[in-house]
Amino acid sequence: MSWEVVIGLEVHVQMNTATKAFCGCSTEFGAEPNTQTCPVCLGMPGQLPILNIEAVQKAVLTGLAIHATINLESKFDRKNYFYPDLPKGYQITQLPVPIVEHGYLDIPSGDGEKRLGITRIHMEDDAGKSMHEGLDGISHIDLNRAGVPLMEIVSEPDMRSADEAIAYLKQLHQLVLFLDVSDANMEKGQFRCDANVSVHHPGTPFGTRAELKNMNSFRFIKQAIDYEVGRQIELIEDGGKVALESRLFDSAKGETRSMRSKEEANDYRYFPEPDLPPLRISQEEVNAIKAGMPELPGQLRKRFETEYGLSVYDADVLTQTRELAAWYESLAAAHPADPKRCANWLANELLGRLNEADCGITDSPVSPESLASLLDRIADNTISGKIAKDVLDTMLETGHDTDTVIEEKGLKQVSDTGVIDAMIQQVLEANPDQLAAFRGGKDKLFGFFVGQVMKVSRGKANPGLVNQRLKVLLKS
Amino acid sequence: MPFSTLSDMKSRLDTGEISAREITQNVLERIDTHNGTLNAFVHIDPAQVLAQADASDAFRTKHDARPLEGLPIAVKDIFCTQDGPTTCCSNILKGFHAPYDAHVITQLKKAGAVLLGKTNMDEFAMGSSTETSAYGPCRNPWNTDCIPGGSSGGSASAVAAGLVPAALGTDTGGSIRQPAAVCGITGLKPTYGRVSRRGIIAFASSLDQAGPMTRTVRDTAMITAVISGHDSGDATSVADAPVVDWLGACNPADMKGMKIGKPREYFVDGMDADVREAVETALKQCENMGAEIVDISLPHTEYAVATYYVIAPSEASANLARYDGVRFGHRCKNPEDLLDMYTRSRDEGFGAEVKRRILTGAFALSSGYYDAYYKKAQQVRTLIRQDFLDAFKQVDVIATPTSPVPAFRIGEKTDDPLTMYLSDIFTIALNLAGLPGLSQPCGFAGGLPVGLQWIAPAWREDILLSAASAYEAATDWHARTPADFDGQGDAA
Repeated sequence: MSWEVVIGLEVHVQMNTATKAFCGCSTEFGAEPNTQTCPVCLGMPGQLPILNIEAVQKAVLTGLAIHATINLESKFDRKNYFYPDLPKGYQITQLPVPIVEHGYLDIPSGDGEKRLGITRIHMEDDAGKSMHEGLDGISHIDLNRAGVPLMEIVSEPDMRSADEAIAYLKQLHQLVLFLDVSDANMEKGQFRCDANVSVHHPGTPFGTRAELKNMNSFRFIKQAIDYEVGRQIELIEDGGKVALESRLFDSAKGETRSMRSKEEANDYRYFPEPDLPPLRISQEEVNAIKAGMPELPGQLRKRFETEYGLSVYDADVLTQTRELAAWYESLAAAHPADPKRCANWLANELLGRLNEADCGITDSPVSPESLASLLDRIADNTISGKIAKDVLDTMLETGHDTDTVIEEKGLKQVSDTGVIDAMIQQVLEANPDQLAAFRGGKDKLFGFFVGQVMKVSRGKANPGLVNQRLKVLLKS
Repeated sequence: MPFSTLSDMKSRLDTGEISAREITQNVLERIDTHNGTLNAFVHIDPAQVLAQADASDAFRTKHDARPLEGLPIAVKDIFCTQDGPTTCCSNILKGFHAPYDAHVITQLKKAGAVLLGKTNMDEFAMGSSTETSAYGPCRNPWNTDCIPGGSSGGSASAVAAGLVPAALGTDTGGSIRQPAAVCGITGLKPTYGRVSRRGIIAFASSLDQAGPMTRTVRDTAMITAVISGHDSGDATSVADAPVVDWLGACNPADMKGMKIGKPREYFVDGMDADVREAVETALKQCENMGAEIVDISLPHTEYAVATYYVIAPSEASANLARYDGVRFGHRCKNPEDLLDMYTRSRDEGFGAEVKRRILTGAFALSSGYYDAYYKKAQQVRTLIRQDFLDAFKQVDVIATPTSPVPAFRIGEKTDDPLTMYLSDIFTIALNLAGLPGLSQPCGFAGGLPVGLQWIAPAWREDILLSAASAYEAATDWHARTPADFDGQGDAA
């Protein structure tokens, strides 16, 4: 009998608000430990939470982008547990009435799309960080992260493979970046995923699920799910039973292992947060947030295909991030003659070089206007496409603009017939055997002569003119 | 001097008859003389207090006096203050110094008050007798073998003994009104949301409210005027609360046309006969002054104590989770591991009553019991609130005894928490409903003061103040002073 995999995902997204969820502390990543704290996020006696309205707006925006219901009245609850990086001894979250419910995402599937349900998005505050390693057996606590606003995005158990799970996560990741609700850096823990995984035979009830934790890259998530599916199938086929438990992914071993025993299972004793009245937002506020919704990846992709005539592939590549899409649009505006050339040069040449240098598009030393002027010089035959690649290298190295680099390096294309004829003459004289062979009928040697002339010109000869003059001079 | 009211002191300061320094010195001397007996104050720094008085005197020479200029006010050890320790009278917070002032402390400072120090209380405000304090029990000046009520017992004792003219307390289930009643002073619990809770150590967040404890109704109004108002740092502090003319409401009037509800559930068998008689007599007197006494019913009263003892401990179990030995407060010595640190730090730091309530609350919230306890209690809370809404369709204000019994002996009920919890039987319902309440002296029972409680609709503290002012003007119970502390005794 065949097995079917059932996956549901819980994604914790750190919102990129200026201040924390319930106090005025900065959310900046990477500061000295415990410098971005105050009596509120330290959980000191008598301190009270004040909800950050920016976090509410970002949660609503995300809800609208996944076509969900926005609850105009939602409630906060306390989730109680003891841990040293949880200063209040409880997390403020939303249990029965979250701010967002009943949404979905469509992911590509075969030739069409598959709709994956999103049960809810609720707001909560993050815990701090405990550091145990390399500190001589002493644990250290950094509370800079304590109180940073999170959205927990909970999917329906709608995914049937690790690949579908990854497709969903990548799309969600791209979405929160486009919405600018999160910086979503997985290594920094700004986009964290837990996966609920079970297996069953189709047509029978779902199996018992295990919750996989501690997976901080798409690759690890896929590895963890694949491992867990294999483990569960093997276990059941050997007559065992899957336990309802949390399992930690060990990326070094590529395995999942049980996290805590039943004896230590938490009873979170949820109850309504008495320090915060119900969160009420008006339909007008929701409408205003909707009006400010940026273009989403799907819409942008379609527009790039129609407006700029890009291939599906190029449109997809150039809409991976909001910053890249904006960069492309600036480039296409500065070099309107050939949007496809713009796409090629950005996607293949510039991005390739930036990736090698581990540099993001927003930090590119070459601006869209600068790259556009390089493309202008190709279009007006000042330089060849091949030379242009060298020019781009130099531009990236030095930060100089196109014309300066062409000027400084004397790379201007040679289009003077007299000069080119002289070069051809030089090549013909240097290669009498090849000339004789060509004239004897070996047409294929034409390419050889083109290459030699380009070499003599150090790439600067106008290739069209070289071809044209060679045809004439080889015959004479 | 010892039993001066805040208002008297204010006029004497305003006329220049006396300075803030002189008042403060007198107060400090009296505290020095009597605190050994009463144990009303747990932290006091005389030099720092005198410095405040000097600053106030200096301010007065250059500027117009602020509303509480130079007036000495004590505060319960539950209010965080940057000056001196704040411990909630718990070993778990021994030595804790808050790096901030509670919002109401800031308000008092801005109004020119001289903050005298911290008064004794039941640990984390959990108690009705000020016996659970880590600093030992506080005593009632009318009979030092008796409790001063609780949890704001230190504040009540200090005011009643004439050590200070006024003090702040907090009231979660009666903790201002019950000690005010059994010590023979006046105490006001404002409407929930009237006074910011920021910087007040939380017991039960949906019930806690700070308020004044004084010798007269007008004095409660003077302080409430200063400490009330919206605070953007407390989401439960109400922004558009109806404003009260605090002092205007205290101008004595007769009670003509006032409809006073007398709930039958608050006059029951089992309560002290002298207490009942004192309150009945007070109501007769109101009738003589033109009020109409209307028999009413608050049918869900009998569930109030049970409801409270689910909701308050539930909230407390979460509010007290932060005392874990990690960041501040008591940490046990040489913990073996994390669990050992948590359990021993909390075991050593919390007293028995606090532990009892944390456990009760954790149980009520736990999986499988939530619906039967916490959720049910919230439903009953709605019914209790509705009782009052219905009653206020018939009457302007409700009058009841504050406590069913006068002050009991220290140690008498410490082994019987359930009997102890019943001390709050008449005060708890209004915390659950979020309503304002005021207790004022209305007689004696066996030489111990009896309190009359007034209850008004939400935001109508003005009704409490005018009813209580009228009664106060017609009686002199509030002027009685305990003989052992240089007073006149309970006889007129």
